[in-house]
Parts: sequence; structure tokens; C-alpha cells
Amino acid sequence: MANTYRVLDKVHLQDEEEFVDILEDKRHCSDLRFAFRTFSPPPYKGAPACSSAELNQAVLESQYLRYVINEVALEMGSSVEEVRDEACGIMREMSQNLQLRFIRLMGFVVRKVFKRIFSAIYVNMERLQALQQATQECPVILMPNHRSYIDFLVVSYILFNYDIPLPVIAAGIPLAGMTIVGEMLRRSGAFFIRRAIGSDKLYWAVLSEYVRTIVRKGFAPLEFFVEGLRSRTLKSLPPKLGMMNMILEPFFKGEVYDVTLLPISISYDRVLEESLLAHELLGVPKPRESTAGLLKASRVLQENYGCMHVNFGRPLSARRLCEGKINRCQYNLTPRDLPQKPNAEAQACGSWLAHMIVRLQEEGALTSPWSLMACVLLQVPTAALTEEGLLFHQLTERTLWLRKLALDFRAHLNWPEKVPDSDVMSSTVALHRSVVYRKAGRVYLTRNDELEQKHSMEEDMMRTAAALLMLASYRNQCLHVFVRPALLALAMSVTKSTRKDELLTCFCFLQEVFSNEFVFIPGQSSQDFEEACSLLHKCKAVHVGQWEVTNSDTQPEVLSFLQELLKPFIESYQLMFRFLCEERDCVFREKDFLSGVRTLATKLIVSGELHTYEALSSDMQKNVLSSLRRLGAITKITTSQNNEYKVNKSAVRRTGDMLAGRIPPQIVQAAPDARL
Amino acid sequence: MASNSSGDESSRHQTARHRLSVIAGHLQRPTDRNAALLAVDCKAQGSQPNVNTSDRGEGRTVPRRRQEIMKWNGWGYSDSRFLFNKKGQAEFTGNRYRLSGMIIPGLKDWMEGTFGANLQHKTQATPVLNTSAVQPPTLNEAFVEELKSTGIPFSHEAEDRVFRAHGHCLHEIFALREGKIGRVPDMVVWPNCHNDVVKIVELACKHNVCLIPYGGGTSVSSALECPPEETRSIVSLDTSQMNRILWIDEKNLTAHVESGIVGQDLERLLNESGYCTGHEPDSMEFSSLGGWVATRASGMKKNIYGNIEDLVIHIKMVTPRGVIEKSCQGPRMSTGPDIHHFILGSEGTLGVVTEVTIKIRPMPEYQKYGSVVFPNFEQGVACLREVARQRCAPASIRLMDNEQFKFGHALKPQVSSIFTSFLDGLKKFYITKFKGFDPNRLCVATLLFEGPREKVLQHEKQVYDIAAKFGGLAAGEDNGQRGYMLTFVIAYLRDLGMDYYVIGESFETSVPWDRVLDICRNVKARIIRECKDKGVQFPPLSTCRVTQTYDAGACVYFYFAFNYRGLSDPVHVYEQVEHAAREEILANGGSLSHHHGVGKLRKEWMRETVSNVGVGMLKSVKDYVDPNNIFGNRNLL
Repeated sequence: MANTYRVLDKVHLQDEEEFVDILEDKRHCSDLRFAFRTFSPPPYKGAPACSSAELNQAVLESQYLRYVINEVALEMGSSVEEVRDEACGIMREMSQNLQLRFIRLMGFVVRKVFKRIFSAIYVNMERLQALQQATQECPVILMPNHRSYIDFLVVSYILFNYDIPLPVIAAGIPLAGMTIVGEMLRRSGAFFIRRAIGSDKLYWAVLSEYVRTIVRKGFAPLEFFVEGLRSRTLKSLPPKLGMMNMILEPFFKGEVYDVTLLPISISYDRVLEESLLAHELLGVPKPRESTAGLLKASRVLQENYGCMHVNFGRPLSARRLCEGKINRCQYNLTPRDLPQKPNAEAQACGSWLAHMIVRLQEEGALTSPWSLMACVLLQVPTAALTEEGLLFHQLTERTLWLRKLALDFRAHLNWPEKVPDSDVMSSTVALHRSVVYRKAGRVYLTRNDELEQKHSMEEDMMRTAAALLMLASYRNQCLHVFVRPALLALAMSVTKSTRKDELLTCFCFLQEVFSNEFVFIPGQSSQDFEEACSLLHKCKAVHVGQWEVTNSDTQPEVLSFLQELLKPFIESYQLMFRFLCEERDCVFREKDFLSGVRTLATKLIVSGELHTYEALSSDMQKNVLSSLRRLGAITKITTSQNNEYKVNKSAVRRTGDMLAGRIPPQIVQAAPDARL
Repeated sequence: MASNSSGDESSRHQTARHRLSVIAGHLQRPTDRNAALLAVDCKAQGSQPNVNTSDRGEGRTVPRRRQEIMKWNGWGYSDSRFLFNKKGQAEFTGNRYRLSGMIIPGLKDWMEGTFGANLQHKTQATPVLNTSAVQPPTLNEAFVEELKSTGIPFSHEAEDRVFRAHGHCLHEIFALREGKIGRVPDMVVWPNCHNDVVKIVELACKHNVCLIPYGGGTSVSSALECPPEETRSIVSLDTSQMNRILWIDEKNLTAHVESGIVGQDLERLLNESGYCTGHEPDSMEFSSLGGWVATRASGMKKNIYGNIEDLVIHIKMVTPRGVIEKSCQGPRMSTGPDIHHFILGSEGTLGVVTEVTIKIRPMPEYQKYGSVVFPNFEQGVACLREVARQRCAPASIRLMDNEQFKFGHALKPQVSSIFTSFLDGLKKFYITKFKGFDPNRLCVATLLFEGPREKVLQHEKQVYDIAAKFGGLAAGEDNGQRGYMLTFVIAYLRDLGMDYYVIGESFETSVPWDRVLDICRNVKARIIRECKDKGVQFPPLSTCRVTQTYDAGACVYFYFAFNYRGLSDPVHVYEQVEHAAREEILANGGSLSHHHGVGKLRKEWMRETVSNVGVGMLKSVKDYVDPNNIFGNRNLL
């Protein structure tokens, strides 16, 4: 535990670093010259370079895979050759084929595009030197957060720029299916992983051996998104642990001395996919990744997306972090090549690390003025935004107040210096005219969706919803700054108590309920609580005694702001709890739940009973289901094909009551996490 | 109350008596020595034929007063040491070794380059033992009295006692050089034969005296350290005078030998009769047969002759419960767990090994050294693995990593002729330029073949053919022979290092084949990282070699040394790094020890190494054999 703190402290203490715009000095030099620059990364000391063909061969010939192939052949009753061919097939589908000339081509294209759509790409250069050093010492794992399709292009582009070995990248299989583009990505170092692997033993074996071999050989950094998916809500996602376990295993088994983990926080002023995401959340299906679709989307390139910050974190030694958390001797008694499920200790260690990386990504993220404005705007009644508009100077005032609070909470702000605040505000609003616009000193919600021409009540609401969900997403970008104090503020209002122990219990309960919304490092609730106390204390919102936390009257707006910040979550959760309890049947299908909740929410919004549109977000709806599953209030019926759940209404009601403060919260023993 | 006061009184009496005896001891020193001289040699047991009739002391290496020929605060013979002469060139003194009297031109540069050492910065060791720094002996008067009557020689001179209070761990030698003396044995006894030992052990039991057996004194596991918490009188039982070959059985090819004989004497005496044991641990000049048994020693040529457990046929050990031995000399028995295995590796906690019947072999007709250069360590290990797979390992095969290869290079003596140096240059050119080996990656295996000439040549070809498959190039007999010669002088080198702020040590492990490369890389890296973390100013020397091959794995030796200038407590730093390195070894599937033993240095890991039940088993044996902890060196458990 002490360990975590040390790591986190370091991050807190880091002074503001110098960010350099990598587009700036390059704007003058020709794209072609850039693409043909000499690329000479320093070699890895541990082992010689390894071509992708050699890598594939090493995987296919590994003892481990041979063993699994035999096992699968025996189970399926097919011949070893057949299974082996199948494995080769999987390999072909999966494997990357990193080639420098394609990187050059990509570099050329990407540079052209970036220069057009971004006003700047800021990178902290000093860390890149540390990274370059680290790539020579031991295998490096690049772990960026995932907010946009272009995330990995950006990372590779930067590494190419600074003579750092290019990474091989874990990507989703749909990308591989795109004509030409798939092959281009493959040749730029992407390897492709199927989405639903389930219990396909052979696939798991090929994938895990492929990943482990990359780590063991160490010739190139491995890049993967620990969140597993692109976040539709711009909020961190609870990490997926499968890849994490795969990359740690070579270290646990002593096959490499150490593994360097490098969190990367990519922050966009404006995300390319913003409206796409909002519609997806409202149930409009995501367009299939296809080359045609990509070309269609090229109108995206006509717009300006402001700046982008790529904050490379401090290289972390997995060895140091795992010290005392794992007994590596456990691998001594079985051959290391045999398939072995990671045991509870190793899994806990992997999970802890993965969560910590997410936390570090959050801490490295830069909070934009727009994100703070989104917080403010969402606390204004919707009608005010759509009808009479919000006074611009009011928005400015509130945003500046929030900026101070964010700084108190140790946020990394990307607030342009030496520019008058009013200019920052207006340029930000101008950049985000897809969401809000300014007219006559007032700010309104933008609702001009070109695709929709008719203006039925329903559609009108959907357009408002889309804009508000975009706004919510941008608010989510900075939610991690406020979430701990906000949960404490919420606990104070829920329990109406000042006793620390009661507040802690409620705090833990809230963490548990919202564990799919906000990422917390497992087993660290009391540290989180302490952190919340000290932050609120720092901004003079509360007095913290040895046994008590009391409201201070000097800064009442802090607590009310924080409580208001989480209100959409509380309201939406309560709504869905209510929906489940009012349902006649005890068994429901996920599909029906989603549409049912959407109908109910729409009805209540129209009637003015529900104030938030976020209940319409499919992401939040799914999170409620996961949360209730964890709390044991609903159970998935495993025999059913179409995602059926059995609901325990009294448990759901009780959770709702606890959330509303009607009964004191109890910490529920959550079911073990099975997100492997 | 009464009993209490009487107790007080008796204890006061005791203290007084003790003071008296101490004073008497100081006064009596000459008499003691006389007594020692008068001591009667054991008569050779009548029932046993005494084949080797050579007289005691004649041709034997180790005198009772070891300090007469050996360093009291360093390794080996007093006359042999490395030093930098007036010209600043390294030189090895004396005339005992092939390297003796030679100039080693490369050593200075190597030391400066590797450690950042500087000839200007020297630390002098305390030249002579300051006897007043040694605690006066705590003698058990009654024990001493009865011992005297047996006529077994003993001493409580400070020099004798200090000499037997340590092995050759870094911290032990470092403390001696600084003149720091901790708890030392209170007296030293020199039994001359098995029966003497029986008498001593009986007396020790009778008077509750702590016995610590002492053989060659080459322990590197803190096994000889006196437990500081021991309040009884500690008696060091030095077996060095029990050094006769009692008989040689040429029909069965065995020899019956007293346990105190040191390796070089045993081998030389057997050679006189045309035999050898073939057991050659690196410490064989000084380590004793009894010590080998007590620590499960391993010899360089175990591939032909086996390790000590394969060599012994019969062991006689004196314990507080009496003498343990088998009734016959059958080559293998199924009579329950082998009681020899309670003795092998018991590290002096159960009793004193007095006599051993050991296998002997006719001396090899032909010996040939050899060496192979590999482009890198990985290829070298792969080759050794293949040699082990084909079970065609020569008498010895060792693989040095690149750092050690460079070190070996630095120890090349000055060549006399231009021709040799020209040849060396040519060789180097061929390997690095023509064959494209990277001088910073290549590594060397040294080989020793033994047997009938025909077979040796055949065997040699087989091994070189395998090596060629892994990119190995034969690199000549000379390199091989020098490699083995160096194992004997390398221990002297540590003393030179210590003169210039460099401290170091070696430690070993055994590990399955598939982990050899990983353990080598990880442990070396761990050492470097730990040194950095602990504030060591210069990168340390962190190197390894594979020294033995087995069917299922190998023995790996790590060498580690660093320049400690700027550190306030270098020994502590050293110990922390060694501790971390051992943790790393265990985490990588290595064993706690291949042949050095556990002693007190590694006993914290015994439980996880042999499991709770295992420790319980060992404990119960100890409890039965030695309930009063007479053999109280507290090793192992």
C-alpha cells in the first residue's frame, strides 16, 4: 500500500512540465522530407531485433502453443495438424507486420492531416528522452488512454519523430477488416484482437503467447489500451485485465528482468468522434468500421479540433511496483511453458497495477477550459440553455471559480497563459460551436442536426439529448479531478452525519455502486477517503477533525457544486432502480431493459420529473446493470442465450434506499471481479 | 531464600575460579605448549592394516599453528599474495603457483577501468593481531582438567582462537582486516584420531561445553562464526591433525581416510600409490574431507568422479549419542532412508566426522585442457545444455560470461616472447574481425578432459563438434589451462581488491536448464540495480559462470565486487546486495545453495526451501542426536 502512495505522490509532486508543440517546428519543413528522415532508434540491449516473421515463427513453435494444440486436438477429436493450421490462421489474422516504409507513408499522410485539423500537438519532450532510455533497458509497455481512433496514430507519429522504437499495437479486429486501411495499420505495427473471445482456448493461447513473446523479445514497445475500448463517454473505463496479466507474466516468471509501464495521457480539446459518440450512446448503432465509412467521415477533416496534449508519464518499473505483492517462487515447480491460469495473487497484482495505470492516466490528463465550462453548463436547467440562454459573463464567472477549485484539487490545467480570460472563454465557445453557440451575450445549446429535418417533439428531444450528452462527455474529461471530494460531499448529504466512520462507510458504498462509472484502485478506499477529506479541507469547504468532518460555512458553494456534479448519476441510477422494481416480471432481457428505461426516461423528462438526460445514455444503463450484478441485486441467467437477468427487487430497492439516505448504507461484499 | 543465597555464593565462587583460571592460563602458556608437545600420538588401531605408513606431520600441509604458514586475515599462504610493485605493475609473490613471481600487466588497467579503483587510494589492513582486542577465554575448568588428563593437545592462545573463529565470508575477513574481533572460541583442541574425538565429545557432554568442529576453515556461509548468544565455553575442535590415510583397498578401489586431511594432501598421497579421488573443489588446497562431507561439497571434475555424496562409501561420525556408522561397505543399500544423508550437509550440528571411506580411481592416463569461444553467452549455454543432453560432458566444462572473459584476460601474465604476443594478436584478430565476434559479447568455455589418450581425443572431438554447432570456435589448450589455474589464485585477488577499496564475493546456486539464462541475466541486473540504489558510486562488477552441468540443470556461480569509496558502512551495503541477489535467485527458481551450504548466512531461507515438515524432520534428528546442543554452531536451523 505504501508503495502505491509513493508512486502517486511522485505524480502529484511533478512540477508543470514543458510541453512542446511538435507541429510548430515541422510546419516549415516539407512533409516529404519528414517522411524520409533517417530513423535510427537506439537498439534494445537485451536481445537482437526480430522481424515479424521471426516473431510469428517463435510463437508457433513455442512449447506452450504445441502443448495447447495437442490438448485442443484431443478435446475436439481432430488431428494435431488441423489444429495447428487453425492456429496458423489465427496467427495470420492477428499478427502485425511492422515495416518502416509504411511508417514513412503513414507519417506523410498523418502529418498532412494533423497539420490541417489540429492547431497544435503538445508533447512533454523530457519524458521522451526517459522513454528512449527505457526502451534500451527492458521491454516497454505503452499504455495510452483511449478516446479517439487516432490515439495510436498520434503515439506512433511522435515516436517516429523522436527516434524511439516504433510500437506494436493491440487493436480491435474490426479495423483489420477495412480494405487497404487494415493492411496499412498492420504494416504500421498494429496486431488485431477479436472482440468476443469467450472460451476459445486456442485463440487465447495464440494471443497470449504472441503478446508474451513480444514482451520477452523486447525489440519493440508494446502498446495497448488498458481500458480495452475507446471510451464512449470520454471518462476512464475500468481496466481490462487480460492483456495486463499477459504482459506481467514474463516478469513474474523471470523471463525478463523487468517490464517498464508507461502511462500516456492524451487529452483532446475537441474529439473527432464527438457527435458520433453521442448518437451511439442514444442507441443509434455505431457504423461498421469500413474504408468507405472512413472516406465518408473525411468531412471531419474540414473542421478545426483545437489542440491536443500527449503527456508521456514517468516510466514505471513493474518490478518495483510488484515488490511484496507477488511471490515469484510460485512458478518454480511447474515448467514455465505449461499453460497456467494466473493465481489469485497474480490476478490481484495485475488488477491493482491496471487500476493504478488508469489513475495515473487520469492524473496526467490535462483539463481544458471547455471541460470546466461543460461542468458549469450541465448544472444550468436544460430549459434555460435551450430557450433563454445563459448569460456569457455568468458562465465566465462560474468557470473561473471552478478553475480555482480545480487547481486546489491539483488538476493539470491547460489554460492558455498570457491570454485574457475572456478571450479564452470566447475562443473555447467558438471551437465548440457543435455544442453551444453565443448570441447577444448569451450562450445557447446548439441543436442544428443537418441529418434531421422534421421537428417532432421526440426528435427535438433527441437533438437536445445529443448535445447534452456531448456536453456530459466533455464534463467527464475532468470528472476524475472532482470525483473523490464529490463522493465525500455526496456522502455528507446522504448520511447527514459528521462522523468520519459513518462517512467512510457511505463513501465506500458509493464507490462500490459507482465502480463502473469511476475508476478506483481496489482496496484503497480509505486512502481515497483521506484524499477527499484533505482536498475539501484545503479549499476550506470542510473542517476535518480526528473523528469528524464538518461543514465549514466559508465556502458553501463548493459542497453544493460537487453534489450537483454527481446528481445526474444519482438521478439516473434511482430512475433505473425504480424501473426494475416496478417491472412486473422478475426476469428481463437486457435489450428490453435498455428500451424500457429509455421510454420511461423520455416520459419523465418531458413531464419535468427527471432533470437529467444522461439516463438516456446506453453506457450508463449498462453500468447500472454491472453495478447491480456486483452488488448481487441481479444475476445473469447463464443458460439463457439472449442476456437475461433475474432481479432481486428487494435488494434493488434497498440499494436505492441506501443511495437516497433512507437507510444507512452497508458495505456489500462484492462478487469477485471477473473481467478477465 | 537459602537456596538463592547459596546460588549466589556458588556463582561468585565460579566467577572467582574463572578469573583464576584465566590468569593461570596466561601464565601457563609455555607449560601448555609443552603439554601439547608431549601429547601422545594415537596408536594406529591394531585391527586395521595401516597401509600408508608415512609419519604424522611429514608431507602434511597444515600445522597445528596455522598462522605459521597462512594469513590470519586473508586467503591462503602468507607468502603468496598480489601486490602492485614500485612500477605500479601487479605481481603475484611466492613460488607455490604457476603465476607466482610473474608480472600481470593488464590487472592495473582492469581494476581501474572496472571499479574506478585508484592505486593512490589504499586501505591498509591491520598487520598483526592485537591480542588485547580478543576477549579472554571463558574456560570450563572441569572440562579443561579432564581434557588435560587425556593428553590431547589444546590451546587457548588468542591467535589460535581467532584463527578458528571465522571462515572466508567477506564480512569476516573485512572485520579481521579492521582488527575487529567478535566472539571467538575459548579454546582449540587438536584430536589425533577417532578415539580422541570420542573422548572430547564425551567430556563436552559431561561438562556441557559447546563444540564447533573445524576442518579447513574455508567456509563461506558464516558456519564457523561463534553464535554471539552462546554463554557456555566454546571449544573449537580442529581436525587438521587427523590427516592419515588409514588404508587403501585396491581390490574395491576405496581408501579409508581420517577426516582432517586436506584435499591437496589426500590427492598427493593417493597419487603416490597411483590413485586419486578426483574430488577437486576450488578450495581443495585447504578444505578437508570432513568439511566436504559436512557441507555436501562438489568437485570440479564431478562429471567423471561424482560429488562427495557419490564418492563416500562409509562415514564414521561421533555424536553426543555415540558413534554412527554403517555395518558394511555395500555400494548401495535399501535400508530405509540413507543415514549418510543425515550426516552429509549436517554442517557440524550433529557431530564430528572422523573417518571416511572414499572411492578411489587409478590416476588418469591423459589429461587435456581446452577452450571454446562463443559469439555470446546464450549460444554458450545452449552448447552446454546440448553437451549435457548427450551426456558427454568432459571432466570439467565451465562457461564464463563476457565480463569474466575480460577479467581472465586481464590476469594474463606478461608474455616473454614477441612471438607469443604476436600469436595472441593474431588470434584476437581472427576471432573478432574474421569471425565477427563482438568482443563485448563473446564468452569462453574452458574444458578439461581426462582418461585414456585415445578416448580423450575422441571425446574432445565430440565436444568440439557440438560446440561448432553453436558457433563455438576452439581457442586453445592454454586458455583452458589458465582458466583452471586461476580458480586457485582468484581467492587471493580479493585481498588485493580490499587493499584498494574493492570488496566482493562469489556465491552459487543450481538451477534447471530452462532458467539458466534468465537467472544469470536477472541476478546480474539485480546486483547492479541494488548497488545503484544503495549509493555505490561506481557500477559494480557483476558477472557469472556456469560451472557444472547436470542432466536436469546446471550450477551457476556469481561474482560480484564493487568500489566502496564514499560508503560509510560498505559491509552492510554488501550484505544487503547479496541478500537481494539471493532473493532474486530463489525467485528465479534457483536453489539456496549448490555446494557452499547454508551455515548461518542463508538459514533464514531454510524453511521456504525445505518446507515446514522438512525443517521439523531435521529438528527432530537434531533433538535426538544432540539434545543439549553440544554441537552448538547453530548452522542450518
